[in-house]
Amino acid sequence: METLFLLIVFLPLIGAIIAGVGGTLALKAIGSAADHHEHAGDDGHHHAYDGPRWPALLTTGLLLFCAVLSWIAFFDVAIGEQQYKVEVATWVHSGGLAADWALRIDTLTAVMLVVVNTVSSLVHLYSIGYMSHDPHQPRFFAFLSLFTFAMLMLVTSDNLLQMFFGWEGVGLASYLLIGFWYKRPSANAAAIKAFVVNRVGDFGFALGIFGIYWTFGSIEFDTIFNAAPTQAGKTIEFLGYNLDTMTVLCLLLFMGAMGKSAQFLLHTWLPDAMEGPTPVSALIHAATMVTAGVFLVARMSPFFELSSTAAMTVTLIGAITAFFAATVGLVQNDIKRVIAYSTCSQLGYMFVAMGVGAYGVGIFHLFTHAFFKALLFLGSGSVIHAMSDEQDMREMGGLYPHLKKTWAMMLIGTLALTGFPLTAGYFSKDAIIEGAFAADTAIGTFAFTLLVVAAFCTSFYSWRLMFMTFHGRPRATKEVMSHVHESPNVMLVPLYLLAAGALLAGYVFKEYFVGHDEALFWGEALYRAPGNTIVEALHHVPAMVKYSPFIAMVLGFGLAWLFYIKNPKLPVALAEMHMPIYKFLLNKWYFDEIYDYFLVRPTMWIGRFLWKKGDGWTIDGLGPDGVSARVIDVTNRIVRLQSGYVYHYAFAMLIGVAAIVTWFMFAGAH
Amino acid sequence: MAGFPILTAVTFLPLVGALFVLAVRGDDAIAVRNIRWAALWTTIVTFGLSLAIWILFDPGNPGFQMEERYGWIGSSNYHMGVDGISVPFVILTAFLMPICILASWKIEKRVKEYMIAFLVLETLMIGVFCALDLFLFYIFFEGGLIPMFLIIGIWGGQRRVYASFKFFLYTLLGSVLMLLAIMAIFWQAGTTNIPELLKNSNLPEDMQFWLWLAFFASFAVKMPMWPVHTWLPDAHVEAPTAGSVILAAILLKMGGYGFLRFSLPMFPLASELFAPLVFALSVVAIIYTSLVALMQEDMKKLIAYSSVAHMGFVTMGIFTLNQQGIDGAMFQMISHGLISGALFLCVGVVYDRMHTREIAAYGGLVNRMPGYAMIFMVFTMANVGLPGTSGFVGEFLTLVGAFKANTWVAFFATTGVILSAGYALWLYRRTIFGELEKDSLKAMMDITPREAACLLPLVALTIFYGVYPSPILDMFALSVDSLVSQVTAAIDANGAAKAAVLN
Repeated sequence: METLFLLIVFLPLIGAIIAGVGGTLALKAIGSAADHHEHAGDDGHHHAYDGPRWPALLTTGLLLFCAVLSWIAFFDVAIGEQQYKVEVATWVHSGGLAADWALRIDTLTAVMLVVVNTVSSLVHLYSIGYMSHDPHQPRFFAFLSLFTFAMLMLVTSDNLLQMFFGWEGVGLASYLLIGFWYKRPSANAAAIKAFVVNRVGDFGFALGIFGIYWTFGSIEFDTIFNAAPTQAGKTIEFLGYNLDTMTVLCLLLFMGAMGKSAQFLLHTWLPDAMEGPTPVSALIHAATMVTAGVFLVARMSPFFELSSTAAMTVTLIGAITAFFAATVGLVQNDIKRVIAYSTCSQLGYMFVAMGVGAYGVGIFHLFTHAFFKALLFLGSGSVIHAMSDEQDMREMGGLYPHLKKTWAMMLIGTLALTGFPLTAGYFSKDAIIEGAFAADTAIGTFAFTLLVVAAFCTSFYSWRLMFMTFHGRPRATKEVMSHVHESPNVMLVPLYLLAAGALLAGYVFKEYFVGHDEALFWGEALYRAPGNTIVEALHHVPAMVKYSPFIAMVLGFGLAWLFYIKNPKLPVALAEMHMPIYKFLLNKWYFDEIYDYFLVRPTMWIGRFLWKKGDGWTIDGLGPDGVSARVIDVTNRIVRLQSGYVYHYAFAMLIGVAAIVTWFMFAGAH
Repeated sequence: MAGFPILTAVTFLPLVGALFVLAVRGDDAIAVRNIRWAALWTTIVTFGLSLAIWILFDPGNPGFQMEERYGWIGSSNYHMGVDGISVPFVILTAFLMPICILASWKIEKRVKEYMIAFLVLETLMIGVFCALDLFLFYIFFEGGLIPMFLIIGIWGGQRRVYASFKFFLYTLLGSVLMLLAIMAIFWQAGTTNIPELLKNSNLPEDMQFWLWLAFFASFAVKMPMWPVHTWLPDAHVEAPTAGSVILAAILLKMGGYGFLRFSLPMFPLASELFAPLVFALSVVAIIYTSLVALMQEDMKKLIAYSSVAHMGFVTMGIFTLNQQGIDGAMFQMISHGLISGALFLCVGVVYDRMHTREIAAYGGLVNRMPGYAMIFMVFTMANVGLPGTSGFVGEFLTLVGAFKANTWVAFFATTGVILSAGYALWLYRRTIFGELEKDSLKAMMDITPREAACLLPLVALTIFYGVYPSPILDMFALSVDSLVSQVTAAIDANGAAKAAVLN
């Protein structure tokens, strides 16, 4: 089995290196030949790609192989209740600090392996079609595989430092892929924004790692998990205060999770990240990377179980995010941005589950969400592909007759997302809502309320998306409509497979993730304190609570139908009537503007001030410039008398004098 | 091999090469070519020989090894030797020199003098790290000023005179104080033998105080620490590419080396006393210079300011006085030697083509130079401290150490990871990404094999040591360990003595 895990993790890396280096060299050889033919019209992805196709095929093949291996691993580890540890190499050793390259495979990891490799392989496959015209195809596939590798390192990590490696590695891949179309200024800006905002989160994560090391003398999971209970109730000196150790450590780690999973306050990068090619959005910004924060909290469950303050914070942030992002999603017009806000919102759901202690439920939603959200993104990619790169839903409409297969797949995704009975989302999302209620705390009830409202919003914007895109009268130009075509099979097959997951993943696996076999399934991968009976309790909530998400869903559907099918004038009138609210939502609660005004611009201003006034005027003015200006005055006068580098001689003499004086002092002392 | 004076050989081999270059007659094309090759071969052989030091070096021994000692002036000896703290620097210096010579292949002005200056500089730099006598150390340490001063002053850019004087004034000011301190130590202890001084580091507490400050003046300028850092951006901007590489990769490290070799073991009490001052200056350096770097319009200045910020991590790590902090500082110095050197080489690549360092003059280079873009991306990420590059390991360990010493320090210093991402990625975006619109850039060619030969070894090492840092960490682990226990013991002893007096 150990070889199997090594293959799963390292094959994507090998693929990335071969495809990246080999593909780029091959392209360059062609490119320099093409240079002689005056290769004009180099405008992104409309002129045909005539480079090598093997990098795409190689990386896709390797990923499909890894996906199969991951499912084997899943049945062995998760269903067969095994646990493995594979030592790979040493990494950082310093004093008592030791972090090695090692793979830790338990049920949690196995679930993530399946999610990552399944979605990644399907996205690779889909991209063969989607990126078939892109002149930088090898680079794209190399980055996708590199991302997959980093994500696998993250989920298989055996210690916090390796996790941080994967954590930053996926950040790098995300940066590279958001900025993949590097000629677009907006893509470049979004890429930097994603990286920097994530770094804000990593700031907390890093401090958390330092704190954990000095508290436990180790950053290896087994060691710190075993020692965690001994620290319960103890305090740590942090920033001059004595604070509860576990609370401080958990909140610092959670800050990292907030950045990576685009939670409220650190969410601003995710919608902008849609500048990347759509397969990237499906893989990185929906199914896998953004769930890393959820994974982190689940992995650190032995810690979070020991701090109710931290757990409550997680619940609160999750609930606010779920609500906030859902409200913004209501009014967005870019098809990808709607789905992006939806992702943000669903991640909030997962954090609520984590916060109330229902870790398995949160991971279950992570698992099902990966399928239906990747499906929605890839489906929207199929729409965008058909519409000649149009993303604005106001320019769509009436696509159903032309894109029946895509429509059917998007429909399945929508049903699963809104939690239609028996689809995947129905089992996982409803369980979270019930869990929030069953927590039976003030924060839990607050979260429950927000989540039900968010469920209503989710249903509304999802159906709004379906109606605006596929139904009603076509709003695109005749020119565009005449080109509308169904995507090729290489793009449709991944959709079919994901649709199967979106329909069945909930029903098939619910007993394992949240049902009767739950305790056995998770084994020691997730920790729950002895008093934590939330998973049991959520099966016994009042009927009203059980039905509330369903009612919210039906209401959302009804309203969307009324607004966008029955009477399309209504939303326009409503928006005009409540302009401030509409603007507030459309502008995403003005977060970008606030951050720009209060953080970005002052930072730049301070930077310029310190440079010109601090370095230039104060330090140099008082120090060297004053002195050296005099020296140069003198030298210039001498230089005028004598040509040549007079000051060199003067300098050499000075040193000489110093040397002689020193020598006399030393020699004369004894 | 035991009797062979390997350290002397490695140190003075470049000087022999310089004499050989000096002997080359004429200044026609053939002579110039011979000079270049002679210099290159000298540095390559020196590097090869330095690898022998690596092989002979026993990391299991924390003390000095391969010692050579001959009588010299007065009571000073010609005394060479290395321990785990100095070996990495010797090898780093010897490794970077051939790259510098190769990067200077296109220098046309006074080639002979240029190569001689670099070869002499190499001797002096290696000498600094091998010297085990205070007086000898001082000569190497100060002597290095002269060739560097000439390199900036003669082969530099437009404002080379200003820059070289600024460099000279700052450094001289610091070193005069150090010279006084060295003399004071000599009168107090009666020897300039470094190992002896380290063994009996019982200088009186009030004297430690003054001596520490005097050494600090010199090393802080070298590092450079805020607020005596303003010579560095100017020196970097004006220096020729290879000069910048040496300056950033080796000369700055002499400050950190000085702290570890002298300040900590010889003045442990003063080091503890002044640690908060160093922390404050380091944190200011990290935040202040990162912010300044963000707003730079000149590529070299931006990288120079980022160097100051990275050196802030080093000084912070050293004065945490714990194993992780010092290990991290050591690693950060080696890694920064590779990364900052490489970044300056990267700037040199485009400077050679365009003769401007202004960021606004570039944009969209990836369209013409994909290979260059890829290499530059690796070093940009290394500069940002991405895990998997060597830049991460040092930064991480220094921060771990700082967290133990003082959480506020760790808190503020860690903001550096956000700011470094800001300035480094923004630089990359403005130069490499975007549409290729400027006419002047449309004929840019991708890196040549010569440039690749300079940069690819650095790419390989940056990633290799990021993934597998043990070869470097193990080299100095024991020396740092014994240094830490020595310092801690001295501090504890003093504390106990004071407590005894009070009781």
